Amino acid sequence: MTATSEPDGRIPPALRTEALEQLLTERGLIDPKAIDKIVTTYETSVGPLNGAKVVARAWTDPQYRQRLLEDGTAAIKELGFSGSQGEHIVVMENTATTHNVVVCTLCSCYPWPVLGLPPSWYKDPAYRSRMVSEPRTVLAEMGLELADDVQITVRDSTSEVRWLVLPERPAGTEHLTEEELVPLVSRDAMVGVAKVAAP
Amino acid sequence: MGGTRGWGRLHPPRGDEPVFAEAWQGRAFALFLLSVRVSGQNIDASRHAQERLDAAAYLDDGYYGRWLNTAELMLTESGIVAPGAINARARNLSGDDVAEPPAPEPARPDYAPAGPGSLRTVTTAPAFAVGERVRTRNISPPGHTRLPRYLRGHAGVVDLIQPAAVLPDTNAHFQGENPQYVYSVRFDSREVWGAGAEPFAVTAELFETYLERAS
Repeated sequence: MTATSEPDGRIPPALRTEALEQLLTERGLIDPKAIDKIVTTYETSVGPLNGAKVVARAWTDPQYRQRLLEDGTAAIKELGFSGSQGEHIVVMENTATTHNVVVCTLCSCYPWPVLGLPPSWYKDPAYRSRMVSEPRTVLAEMGLELADDVQITVRDSTSEVRWLVLPERPAGTEHLTEEELVPLVSRDAMVGVAKVAAP
Repeated sequence: MGGTRGWGRLHPPRGDEPVFAEAWQGRAFALFLLSVRVSGQNIDASRHAQERLDAAAYLDDGYYGRWLNTAELMLTESGIVAPGAINARARNLSGDDVAEPPAPEPARPDYAPAGPGSLRTVTTAPAFAVGERVRTRNISPPGHTRLPRYLRGHAGVVDLIQPAAVLPDTNAHFQGENPQYVYSVRFDSREVWGAGAEPFAVTAELFETYLERAS
């Protein structure tokens, strides 16, 4: 046992990551710059701001909203968003009486082009296991209490189809422009574990 | 994990969570993506590799540690990295002096995708129609499948017909793409969890061969 080992004898993943990067780089199998590029892309340009722009457009442009609900992938691409884990995106609308919420029980499938990489709670075994068996309880624990007459549909992402929730536009935002609406749209509302709150 | 117990409570999401809490996590994520290509494998094989990690490799290193451990499994099985090579290098990086195993003979799978991504065009018509009642097969294949355990042997209704796509069950094992339609099937919670379940519906995207007509 060395100083590098954790109490159970496991080598910290940070050190193992560095080791793998070295092993592949020194044999010319990867370019560290490609790693930098992927990290920067997902830290800066691919994230929930993309989805918020899609939602704000749909809230302010009825024709865009219709296209988005009919062919999510194409309508999202109109705004310039596509790529890995966004091959086929279906958009479902949440209303006062119907509520969609997205999960991946098998791994952590998530619509990267519009939401970026999934947050920690989405990857939590508790979320992955319980959202398909007691969604109302899980949503309440996460801070979203739904009325008894709201019909919940849980979307378990088991194939390459990816789901994006079009949240309900909050009352009192009728005077806001598309640009002013964008910052209101949260990642959590686009997965279906929250509603968009009025400012 | 669908329906399993013992994982605890959820908590209200934090709004300020960084994409990668620690720098190594971003690099592990990127190394995973690159390793799929370097190992000559595919996304379905990578998910199957992840499913075959032992409990410690799956859970104890956190989410991005899981991706790192999956990359290691794919790279060792494709003969790109020797078993134990990552740990040996990690020990040497921290000041140990241990022998590192030599690079093995590459043994990438004899495999090439028929096209980019997973969507494919098929010439047949969908076997099931929207609104039709279907039942999932009660199967327990030894390899990879995307038919969740909690939905096996249950009846539901076809909600949407999704585009045809590569069948993960064979593609993960480099045994052909078998492209086929995918159906979003809607299940009533009481069909899946019994009469005492919360009232709700759950949908899943199921490949045509997972389904049969419900009588």
